[in-house]
Amino acid sequence: MTGEFLDQIFVSTKQWLLSLSFLRGAPDWLIQIASSLLNISAVLGVFLLLFALISVLERKILGRIQNRYGPNRVGPYGLLQPAADGIKLLIKEDIVPLRADKVVHFLAPIVIAAAAILALGVIPYGRNMTPFVIDGGILFFFAVGSTNELAVFMAGWGSNNKFSMLGAMRAIAQMVSYELPLIIAVLPVVMVVGSLSPDVIVAAQGKYTFGFLPHWFVFTPWGAAAFILFFVSSLVESNRTPFDVPEGESEIVAGHMTEYSGFKYATFFLAEYFGMFAISGMAVTLFLGGWHAPIRWLEVVPSYIWFFGKLSVLLFVFIWIRGTLPRMRVDQVMGFAWKFMLPMAFTCIIAAAVWHYQAHGLAGWLWSFAVVAIAYFGLSRLVEKKKFAARTYRFAE
Amino acid sequence: MNTPSFIFISVLTLAAALAAASIKKLIHAAFCLVAAFLGMAAFFFLLGAEFLGLVQIFVYVGAVAVLIVFTILLTHREEETATTGFKWSGALIAAAIFMGLLWTILQTPNLSTDAPLIEPLTVKKIGEVLMTDYVWPLQCIGLLLTAALIGGLILVKEDRDES
Repeated sequence: MTGEFLDQIFVSTKQWLLSLSFLRGAPDWLIQIASSLLNISAVLGVFLLLFALISVLERKILGRIQNRYGPNRVGPYGLLQPAADGIKLLIKEDIVPLRADKVVHFLAPIVIAAAAILALGVIPYGRNMTPFVIDGGILFFFAVGSTNELAVFMAGWGSNNKFSMLGAMRAIAQMVSYELPLIIAVLPVVMVVGSLSPDVIVAAQGKYTFGFLPHWFVFTPWGAAAFILFFVSSLVESNRTPFDVPEGESEIVAGHMTEYSGFKYATFFLAEYFGMFAISGMAVTLFLGGWHAPIRWLEVVPSYIWFFGKLSVLLFVFIWIRGTLPRMRVDQVMGFAWKFMLPMAFTCIIAAAVWHYQAHGLAGWLWSFAVVAIAYFGLSRLVEKKKFAARTYRFAE
Repeated sequence: MNTPSFIFISVLTLAAALAAASIKKLIHAAFCLVAAFLGMAAFFFLLGAEFLGLVQIFVYVGAVAVLIVFTILLTHREEETATTGFKWSGALIAAAIFMGLLWTILQTPNLSTDAPLIEPLTVKKIGEVLMTDYVWPLQCIGLLLTAALIGGLILVKEDRDES
């Protein structure tokens, strides 16, 4: 009883707010608008808080990885650092280059942030907790995501700076290339579930074998492969290390964000993190069982806690990778997308079909595993570069 | 029922389309065209054709707009090449097309304003129809697109060999 109450506490709070006396007797459209506004403010509030938290945690974790202290001056353990950062960025001078395309330069951060926020709207955060229920939610997510390329281009073009333009070109090239494996890795899930709605996909992963083996798609061979492909592509889509060539500081200053300062830069920063939250949330929804608990008897813990727990794990991996791996070369990034990721993504579809037609049983699991393994080893053999000759050293005589 | 939103979206879409046709700076015109595409998607949403609206955003904003922008980037010179002034030939063609459309619409026998209620077109239904009635056209399009993809790759590859 208490579990259920805690699980639905936000939903019932919203119901209560909508049934308040001053809204009674209001026309339907007004109630609908009020309901949407509540959803929007909840999503924005939660994720702005998470953004503030992750911006300080990322620096802390990176500091830990690099054996140094992170920010530790503002507040206890440096936890108030985001407030200081925010104030600083707000009162900084907003510099617009003289020869910039003013309108486009101004619009780019708005467009990029709007797309990132919209993408957050279709993810189910808990039981009955999808802000924007739509039949083609998955499609909506990726349609909104595909406008990102244009926004990045606007930033690069509007700045009228060669580094900005180079960064934008790099960003668009790798985003277009990795969008393909990203979307094709989602297809097996959509095919097996038979729906494009995130809620239905989460519901399909809500069963347990023997009460403790959850039916998450990541535990099937095709699902595991698709999840890894999706995760790597999402690193690219959110311009994170090792795929941060568009904003490689040591090569092109800050890519398409070079000419942005103050609050506009902060907006880009926010959009990048919101994009990261959205795509990690989508990964949780598609492969990690959404808001379902890993073990049946743990379902007393509210569903949104499971969702945000899984989300935090994925975000930690993002940061971990950033602290561990060096940046890839541009040609390596592109070659990897077209020669390895894309064929592997197609293999996942075949493996999922094999699994599906073996009635989701053990035989299907093994056959599916075989398909993925054969494709993996075959592709690795094909992609493998010629061995380089041993390096010879020449010393001054 | 949706008259205010219909008027709002139409005004925005038409303004964006007009701007796309008349603005001299090519890149701005391209961005206005994107706004017009988004307006079209909004119309689809208004009509309850969710899937079509999303595909409109996906294909036109995500792909076609990027293509247009890249074309401008790779071909555009800084000097003003856009012709100024009113073009009678263009106006004539536009008027002819408009009259043709108008004539066709007026010829349509039942132009009732209260259209029959169409149940919303779900993704599932589209998938079922694609896999049953339209399976051969779908396969043909798939083959064509694969051929185009391979053709594009070969073009790029030859280019690289020369250099």
